[in-house]
Amino acid sequence: MDWGWIVDNRDLILELLIEHIWLSAIPVVIGLAVALVLGVLAHTYRWAYPPLLVVVGVLYTIPSLALFIVLPVVLGTQILNPLNILIALTIYSGALLVRTVVDGLDAVPPAVRKAAEGLGYKRLTRIVTVELPIAIPVIVAGLRVVTVANISMVSVGALIGIGGLGELFTSGFQIRFVTEIIVGLVLSLLLAVTADLLLVFLQRKTTPWDRLGATA
Amino acid sequence: MIGDVWAYLTAAGSWQGSNGFAVRIFEHLQYVAGALLVAFLIAFPLGLLIGHTNKGVTVAVNAVNASRSLPSLGLLTLVVLVSGLGRAPVLVALTVLAIPPILNATYAGVRGVDKGAVNAARGMGMTELQVLWQVELPVALPLVWSGIRSATLQTVATATIAAYVALGGLGRYVIDGFAVREFDEMLAGAALVSLLAIVLDLVLALATRVSVSPGLREPRKQRRTSPLKRLAPGNQSTATAAG
Repeated sequence: MDWGWIVDNRDLILELLIEHIWLSAIPVVIGLAVALVLGVLAHTYRWAYPPLLVVVGVLYTIPSLALFIVLPVVLGTQILNPLNILIALTIYSGALLVRTVVDGLDAVPPAVRKAAEGLGYKRLTRIVTVELPIAIPVIVAGLRVVTVANISMVSVGALIGIGGLGELFTSGFQIRFVTEIIVGLVLSLLLAVTADLLLVFLQRKTTPWDRLGATA
Repeated sequence: MIGDVWAYLTAAGSWQGSNGFAVRIFEHLQYVAGALLVAFLIAFPLGLLIGHTNKGVTVAVNAVNASRSLPSLGLLTLVVLVSGLGRAPVLVALTVLAIPPILNATYAGVRGVDKGAVNAARGMGMTELQVLWQVELPVALPLVWSGIRSATLQTVATATIAAYVALGGLGRYVIDGFAVREFDEMLAGAALVSLLAIVLDLVLALATRVSVSPGLREPRKQRRTSPLKRLAPGNQSTATAAG
């Protein structure tokens, strides 16, 4: 390990770390928003779910590097535009989270649903104010998987020029400098652990009634 | 643009020679098959053992979680820098990434088998090995297959990335094409590797259908465990596919 290099390049490392954070976080947020809408729709209109699952399954099968390259053609963006990475990761995040949202909504106990109906809740209000909160532990479990996967996938973008900490892998490899790669690996793992803990904490805060929620 | 790619993909010349699609697809499949085979030989028996004895679960869960947050590009560049260029280091890295999904799915599958069925089998006088082989494995099989599927997707994706640090495979077109800004070539590589992933996934889905006992093909809803359990870190087998 060349500790001096780390000290000398702390500004660059920090900059890449910050880039890495927004490249992996924004897709989770947008992916969740899309998944909530699609998930509630699929939960309500059951017939739409099987075909949706097929589409989602195929999207998830496409290797990340391939998607990073195909998107510019579909979207008309430049290949070096960070938007390609953001949209690709949003697709993966949304694809996984749709399933999670529907699973979470399906797992709401029927008695709760009936009680809400009995109190006069209309369908949409019931789903949004009663069922979704109860589904939070399941949705957060999905969010954790997606977040960690995104953090490791952002690096692949370095192969086409934008990859946050992944750029430490490519530049370290080109100049055969192991320290740089290890710094990237360690920071990437730390980021994943931190994000995971943050989500667990968020879940505890949002579901105070569910004391067992954090055991998931 | 798409027309150009199509022309490139369908030109007879693109398929021949040492940089032709045929050779590259074969190389890609070699990586995938090699890594999967070794990973399976390690992860499957280990998963059966952990699932059956219920020992070492914590170790397995942690290994799976760690590997999920490990950036494949970082692992590849590190392995190749430390041990040198060539196919062997890449195969090692691919295998490392393919082990957790299979291990995870196998032990989760075996562990999830109805204890009543296991005890009934013991009561009938089956040995532990018979219980494992004739009762637990058949019931766990769908999950084992799903683990193999996600390991396969992970390996196909990572083998593409591996072109950056090594020789061969369909990633060649993407990496080499990017180096000279030859977008048709990149797109052709991306399209072929996506197609390969989808075809392999379909083949494995078919294998699952054929090999899983018809008795297990109840309506999906009844067999579902709680979604929380399925998504729990130790249990997720569909998630890390894209790599």
